[in-house]
Amino acid sequence: MRLIRPIAALVWKDLLLELRSRDIVVSALVFGFLVVVVFNFALKITPQRVAELAPGILWVAFAFAGTLAMSRAFVREREQGGLEGLLLSPVSRDAIFLGKALVSFLFMLVIEAALLPVLAVLLNFTAFTFTLFAAILLATLGFATVGTLFSAIAVQTRSREVMLPVLFFPIILPVLIGAVEVSGAAIGGGPETGVVTRWLPLLAVFDAVFLVICPWIFSIIVEE
Amino acid sequence: MASGQGTATSSAGRGTGLGFPGLSGILLVAAAALMLIDLYLVFLVAPTDAVLGHVQRIFYFHVPIAIVSFIAFFVVFVASIGYLVTRKSGWDSVAHAAAEVGVVFVSLALLTGIVWARPVWNVWWTWEPRLTTTLILWLIYVAYLMLRSYVPNKSQGALYAAGLGIIGFIDVPIVYYSVQWWRSIHPSAVVGPLADAGALEPVMQYVLFYSMAVFLLLFVYLVLERMRLRNIEDRLSLLRFAQRLKQSNMD
Repeated sequence: MRLIRPIAALVWKDLLLELRSRDIVVSALVFGFLVVVVFNFALKITPQRVAELAPGILWVAFAFAGTLAMSRAFVREREQGGLEGLLLSPVSRDAIFLGKALVSFLFMLVIEAALLPVLAVLLNFTAFTFTLFAAILLATLGFATVGTLFSAIAVQTRSREVMLPVLFFPIILPVLIGAVEVSGAAIGGGPETGVVTRWLPLLAVFDAVFLVICPWIFSIIVEE
Repeated sequence: MASGQGTATSSAGRGTGLGFPGLSGILLVAAAALMLIDLYLVFLVAPTDAVLGHVQRIFYFHVPIAIVSFIAFFVVFVASIGYLVTRKSGWDSVAHAAAEVGVVFVSLALLTGIVWARPVWNVWWTWEPRLTTTLILWLIYVAYLMLRSYVPNKSQGALYAAGLGIIGFIDVPIVYYSVQWWRSIHPSAVVGPLADAGALEPVMQYVLFYSMAVFLLLFVYLVLERMRLRNIEDRLSLLRFAQRLKQSNMD
């Protein structure tokens, strides 16, 4: 219970900032769209190969746009000592972590909600399936959890734009594999239900593991 | 100026007085001698593989190197926990040294694997679970070393690295199993992952165990040497700092 109020305050603060400036979501969205367009020229996408290629394009676009959004979320805290202020306030580190993770989760969902219809139109596949939504929700939760830990770290380094993806992608790989597998089954719409029943629970398990480890490591290593 | 040099030599003397050079000198000689014997065993004593031929001899280097690199990252994991709990820089030094040596070993494991895969499997690389996991390991610990050198504040860098050392190691089995499940759904075009070690002839087994022990010794030597080097680096930067402080006081 003690966690909810500070988390809500943090999320509200970041949402308000974003509503007024719109710089994180819009820039990441444009970048994600660009990724999709570049893929269109990099790969030969024929109607027969859509089910094979679309999940990969979808998740590369989501993952790249997502890392961009997440790294920006902490840059904002670093400017003018925002993070110091947060750490000085009488709020547990867990609440700070969960607040930032929730904000990243929401930002990524907004970006994905905007990109998904565009992708569905450009690549001609059915995007509105329960399975695909479930995969997006679970994978985005994992992305936001791991990404928040690493963007808190990366923001303190030189060349932070490089450090976040370098730290983030190797660790998040299991979630990415699961997301691509389930999305492939959802978009292909074939008989591969075994994939869905296997990977959706696994994605939930990965999320749970990361939701335990990441706030713990965050609360230990974030000082000053 | 003269007194400054005096403190420099005396603290360097203290650094060497820890017993490390003596120990690491012995380890170096021992590792070198045993490695020569290892070469003899691998190339002259171990029988030639009936199916794979002489190429199979790289196995006596590839497998020990790969296993030692996994041990190295386990050491990083334990030392990272030790550092987070105790905040003693000794733990951090162990983690740093083990990670550096581990990256060298895992790179060698990948390279020897690639060289071996080409004649045996007819491809340089396949996205088989063990190979994929080793590649991800390599990426994680290269990122670990990058993180260490990119954080301006040293104690902060040690903390971050410890966090990554823990989450990276926990992630390895998750990566391994998810790649396995991924591959079991899409059967790969290449058959025959690593040859089963259970089918080894006794002589081959002995040579393998010996080789493993030698590479483990080499690893221990390299880690101790790296820790000693870091110790010297720390002292040097401290001395430089003191020197600058003194100079600015004189001005």
